Amino acid sequence: MSDTLLEAPPAPASAPRGARRTTVPDRVGETGERRRLHRATFEERFDLIGAAAAGLATSTLLFGWIAPLTGVVGWIVVSYLAFLGYYVLLTALVGDRQRIADRVATVLLVSAGAILFGALVFVVVFALLRGRDAFWHLNFFTQSMELAGPLDPLTEGGILHAIVGTLIQITIALAITIPLGIATAVFLNEVGGRFARFVRTIVDAMTALPSIVAGLFIYAAVIQLVTHQRSGFAAALAITVMMLPIVIRAADVVLRLVPGNLREASYALGAGRWRTVWGVVLPTARSGLVTAVILGTARGIGETSPVLLTSGVTAVLSFNPFSGPMISLPLQVFDFVRSPEPTMIARGFGTAAVLLMLVLVLFGIARVIGGRPPGQLSPRQQQRAQEASRRDADRMARRAAPVTASSTAPSESPAPVPHEKADPS
Amino acid sequence: MTGRSHVVERIMLVGDPASPRVLGTRPSLADSVFRRTAYAAGAITVSVMLAVGLFLTLRATDALRVAGFGFLTEQQWSPETGHFGVAAVLFGTVTIGLVALCTALPLALGTALLLSEVARGRLRSTLVALVDLMAAVPSIVFGLWGVFFLQDNVIPVARWISTYFWWIPIFDVTDDSGATLTEDSAFTSSAFIAGIVVGLMIVPTMTSVMREAFSQAPIGEREGALALGATRWGMIRTVVLPFGRGGIIGGTMLGLGRALGETIAVYMIISPIFTINWQLLKSGSNSVSALIALRYGEASDFALSALMAAGLVLFLVTLVINFTASSIVARSRSGAQSEG
Repeated sequence: MSDTLLEAPPAPASAPRGARRTTVPDRVGETGERRRLHRATFEERFDLIGAAAAGLATSTLLFGWIAPLTGVVGWIVVSYLAFLGYYVLLTALVGDRQRIADRVATVLLVSAGAILFGALVFVVVFALLRGRDAFWHLNFFTQSMELAGPLDPLTEGGILHAIVGTLIQITIALAITIPLGIATAVFLNEVGGRFARFVRTIVDAMTALPSIVAGLFIYAAVIQLVTHQRSGFAAALAITVMMLPIVIRAADVVLRLVPGNLREASYALGAGRWRTVWGVVLPTARSGLVTAVILGTARGIGETSPVLLTSGVTAVLSFNPFSGPMISLPLQVFDFVRSPEPTMIARGFGTAAVLLMLVLVLFGIARVIGGRPPGQLSPRQQQRAQEASRRDADRMARRAAPVTASSTAPSESPAPVPHEKADPS
Repeated sequence: MTGRSHVVERIMLVGDPASPRVLGTRPSLADSVFRRTAYAAGAITVSVMLAVGLFLTLRATDALRVAGFGFLTEQQWSPETGHFGVAAVLFGTVTIGLVALCTALPLALGTALLLSEVARGRLRSTLVALVDLMAAVPSIVFGLWGVFFLQDNVIPVARWISTYFWWIPIFDVTDDSGATLTEDSAFTSSAFIAGIVVGLMIVPTMTSVMREAFSQAPIGEREGALALGATRWGMIRTVVLPFGRGGIIGGTMLGLGRALGETIAVYMIISPIFTINWQLLKSGSNSVSALIALRYGEASDFALSALMAAGLVLFLVTLVINFTASSIVARSRSGAQSEG
C-alpha cells in the first residue's frame, strides 16, 4: 500500500493550474550549497571504505602473522567483525548513539541482503557451471539413456526422455490446473459467501501440503487402487495437487487487485455477473493470471519428491503417459547423482542446468508479461485501447449523425429523443 | 450487453411512497450456469484437499491400530516386526527445521527490511524479482549445491564450533563411548548441514511475507517518527517492526512449515538413522519426508500403511503451523479490495 504512496507519480495534471505557481526565490545573498538528499556524504563514504580496508588488513594480519588462525570462512568472519568494530569507532567520532545505531543497522541490513543474494546467485551459477561439461554435447539433448551405461563418456546418451517426460507431465498438469485453478480463484472473488471463505482456508492449508505427502496420496489413491503401475499420468496428478494451490492463491491475489469500480461500472451498464467476469474482470487481470500460471508451472516443473513416488525411473524414451514409467528432469537429476561415477554426476549437473534454464526462462516470461498490476497497460496496449475507443467514438458519431440531422428538422420526423418528448410545453 | 440479469422485479411506484421498495433479482441463465460452475470448481478443489487428508487417515489406521500411542514415542522403524514409531524421525525433522529457522530468520528479516526501507527504485524491483526467482529454484538444485559444495566447506566450521563450544550439549560430537570425535567423517551428512540448505530454501517465502507486512506500516506514523527527529533505524524500530510483528511471526511460521515438509534436499544430504540424535553437528539425522522417500519402494501393504501414518503426522504438524501462521498474517493485513 505504502509503496504507491512513497513512490507516487507526480501529481495528476488535474490539479489547479496557474492559480499559484511555485516560484524560484532570488539567489541573492547567502545561499548554501545545494543539498543532495539521496547521496552519502563524503564523510560517510570515507567511514565505510576506511573501515572495510582496516577490517581486511586486521584479519589478514591476524591470520598471516599474529594468531594461529586458518581457513577462508574464519578469515571472512573475522574481517567482517573487525570492519563492524572500526565502523562503529569511526562513526562515534562524529555522531551520537542514535547515529551509530542507524549506520550499523543499515550496514547489517545490506549485509543480510548481500549474503542472501550472493548465495542465490551462487547456487544457480554453481549448477550451471558444473553442468557445462554435459551441456555442450548435442547428443545430450537428442538421445536417451537407453543405450548408455554409467561408464560411457558424455558423448553417449542424453536426457531427451526426461525432457519429453517433463513436457508431457507438465502439459497434463496444466490442462487440469488452469481451468480448475482460475475457476476457483474466480469463485473466491466473484461469488463469495461462506463457502468461498471455507474454500480459501482450505486452499491456504493446501499450500502447506508437504510435497512428499502429495506423492504418497497419489501413490495410494491412484497407483495402488486404479492403475497398478507408475506412470507419467500419476506423476502429472501429483504435480497438479502441488500446483493447484499455488495457482489459486496467486490468481486470487491478482483478481482481488482488479479495481472494484470497474466491476460496478459493468453492473451499472446492465451486465450480469458472468458478463462482468468474462468481459471486465478476467481481461483486466489477464497478465497477472498468466503470471500466476507461469509461476505455478515453474514450481511444478521443479518438484522432485511427488514424482519420485509416482512416475518411476526409466532410461527409455516414452510418449505414453498412461502406461509404463516416465521420468522427468528433476527425478533424472536425482537418479544421476546417486551414482558414484563422475560422468553420471556430470550428467546430473547438466540435467539440473537444463531444468534451471527452463525455470529461468519461464520466470523471465512471467516477469515480462506480469510486470504491472491489473488495469495498468503497456504502451502498446494503451495504443490499442485508444484506437478501439476512437473507433467506438467514430461509430457512435456515425450513428448519431442522421438522428441529429432529422431532429433538427421540423417535428414530423419520429426522432427518438426523449428530451424533446418529455418537454411538450 | 446481452445478459439481462439483474432485472429489478417489483418496483412499487404507486401506493404509499414512504414504504420501502422491495427489490429482488432473478439471475439470467448464463449467470446461474456461471455460479454453479464456480461453485463446482471450489468444491472440487476442496474435495481434493479433503481426499488427501481422508486417504492418509484411512490408510494409516491399520498401522496406527497396531502401534497405538507408541507410534509417537518409538524410535525404531521396522514395521515388519511391529516396532515402529516416529519419535526419531520427527525429532530429526524438528531439528532440521529449527536449524533452518536460525539460518533463515536473520537473513529474511534483514533482506525484508532492506527491500522495504533502504533500497529504492529500480534496485528494489530487481531485488524483489530475485527473491521471487529464488522461490522458484527447484529444491533438487539446492540439494546438489548442499551435497557437492556446502558440505565440504561447512565441515571446518562445524569442527570449530564443536571444538570451542563442546560444553553446550547440542554442539558436542562424541561417539557411543563418549570420546570426542574430530575427523571429517563425523561431521558429514549432519542435521546442521541439511538445516543450512533448507534454511536458504525457505528464506524467499519468509522474506516476501515480511516485506509485504513492513511495506504496509502506515505512512503517517513513519513520517511522524522521522519528523520527530528519528533516524531511519529509529523509525524502523519504533514504527515498522511493531506494525510488522504479525508479518514477522507469520512469515517465520510459514517458513518453518515449509522446512518441515522439505524432502529431496534433506534426503540427499543426511545419512538416515533411527535414533534421537541430540548432537546437531554429528553425522546422521532423519526426517519424516526423507523416511517416506527412503522406504516407500520396498514397502509391503502394512509398511506402506505405516508410512502413511508418518505422512499423516507430518501433514497434521504442517497444517497446524500453517493455519496459525496464516491467521496471524491475515489479522495483520487490511484492505480486501482496492479501488482504482
